[in-house]
Amino acid sequence: MPEELISGPARLAPPARVAARARALLPGIELGLLALALVLPPFLEDFWVLFATRVAILSLLALSFDLVWGYAGIMSFGQALFSGMAGYCTALLATQLGVTSVFVLLGTGALVGLFVALAVAALVILGKRAPSLVFVSLGTLTGSYVVERLARGWSFVGGQNGIPSLPRLTLGRFEIAEGPMFYYLALFVLVLVYVGLRFFTRSQLGLVLAGMRQQEGRIAFFGYRLQHLKGVTFCLAGLIAGISGCLYAFHEGYVGPGQLGPVQSTQVVLYVLFGGVGTLVGAVLGVSLVDLFSYFLSQRFETAWPIVLGVLLLLIVMYRPSGLIGLLVSDRERIGSFGRGGKTGEKPR
Amino acid sequence: MSLLEVRGLGKSYGALRALDAADLDVAAGEFHGLIGPNGSGKSTLLKCIAGAEMPTEGSIRLGTADVTRLPPPERARAGLSLKFQITSVLPQLCVYDNVLLALQAGDSLFDLLLSRSRRRLDEQVKALLSRFRLDGRAQDLAGHLSHGEQQWLEIAMALACRPTLLLLDEPTAGMSPQERRATGELLEPLRGECALLIVEHDLGFIGEICDSLTVLDQGQVVATGPLAEVQASERVAQAYLNHG
Repeated sequence: MPEELISGPARLAPPARVAARARALLPGIELGLLALALVLPPFLEDFWVLFATRVAILSLLALSFDLVWGYAGIMSFGQALFSGMAGYCTALLATQLGVTSVFVLLGTGALVGLFVALAVAALVILGKRAPSLVFVSLGTLTGSYVVERLARGWSFVGGQNGIPSLPRLTLGRFEIAEGPMFYYLALFVLVLVYVGLRFFTRSQLGLVLAGMRQQEGRIAFFGYRLQHLKGVTFCLAGLIAGISGCLYAFHEGYVGPGQLGPVQSTQVVLYVLFGGVGTLVGAVLGVSLVDLFSYFLSQRFETAWPIVLGVLLLLIVMYRPSGLIGLLVSDRERIGSFGRGGKTGEKPR
Repeated sequence: MSLLEVRGLGKSYGALRALDAADLDVAAGEFHGLIGPNGSGKSTLLKCIAGAEMPTEGSIRLGTADVTRLPPPERARAGLSLKFQITSVLPQLCVYDNVLLALQAGDSLFDLLLSRSRRRLDEQVKALLSRFRLDGRAQDLAGHLSHGEQQWLEIAMALACRPTLLLLDEPTAGMSPQERRATGELLEPLRGECALLIVEHDLGFIGEICDSLTVLDQGQVVATGPLAEVQASERVAQAYLNHG
């Protein structure tokens, strides 16, 4: 094409060498974290194994939020609602009916998360008109708040005290005790969900989500039914949150109203904003680092640590909207490529 | 029978009457221009046809289907495609993915999840990029294209939806004279492939490419018909003179 046809700054692509180096980073970070997670527990004290288990479980919840906000552009303040409801339902199943099978309880948790998300989606997403960001945010926040208040006042589910003394999960005849065994169960589920989400977000459907995040108004004119897409993504995120809620309840041996409410939901939002939205690994990093910072800060500043942490989070959100992962990988890599084996005959520049 | 049949279309924003009983016919394969002074209602009419705005009254038929109240995705599936006035390519996706996104819109969610169509659509993406002189930039981010190239990419994306009627809102806005000429050359081969309804301020461009014209003024159709006939109309001259 003659150069004179091109008006404006047309050649802004980064140098190929820099881009190629950046492209290799994300899989490297993912594999590095996985390797670390696999080999670390034998070298850790019991406290840190429990800590790492909690991080793995909360990472599932953070991934569910990353999926809805980072990929589908739905600002949900209700992820804790899905995980908490799943926690309560599986806890009741275990305490009232004596069910302890890990397969049954995880499956039930996933289904509860899915159906609660479907009910919420029917109210706030799948209306006749496309809902606004504020409407969805406030709708999910309100739902989370209302259900927390209901749980606090309902004696059947333990009221303020929640449901304590949950039995251990079982795998056949084996009990899954807190410690390395529960850690590897949580890690296995996390890796499974992560790989599934990677497949989902890197598929051609992921391309539609990426398009929706950038120009929602535009891609409706291609023929995509955006509300259906959002509904599907929201329900998938609910399912993941449900799994997280079930694991959390049985790891802690307790489920309480706090696990349903806006505080927990907001914490998940902060995890993901801190780590980096729309990258999956950013959600896992966010949970790990925020919880580590919280622990060490609380050791050093007994009363003032939430303020220090809050300022740190605020600085990240204000000055690095792409989160910590944005310091390591380029925007191009964060968005990635789509479609299995989708060779276009050219290497990305 | 017309491909597009607009009857008595009106659109009000509060007290402002943006469109008033507008009629419009576009035949299959026809290149039809929509012109008028600023604020005459051209873009509003185009948006009502595309589904970006809902008309206050009147009807829109595409082929045999009444699309008046359909939302944009359903209109796109019925064969309408729109290129926006303000370029709205997806800046953080590569040029290839922008076109693929438009091409795969008819696939089922399950097929998209399994990425079944990427290989099948590869040739079509490349053909469209080549047709709009973007084949050398397939892997560049769309946001890195020049303004003119972004306009072409938008037209390629709109065409990727395989429309029977392509709506172009100011396709040459902000282009250099060379780019404008090239755009005309790129649109000409679409004749016979789909009908075109073009809103444009550049009357020279409209004169070169369109078979027929509709002129709007203050939300009303003041003239419609073959190019030469409309150009000779005194009402049209008056409408433009009134707006200086």
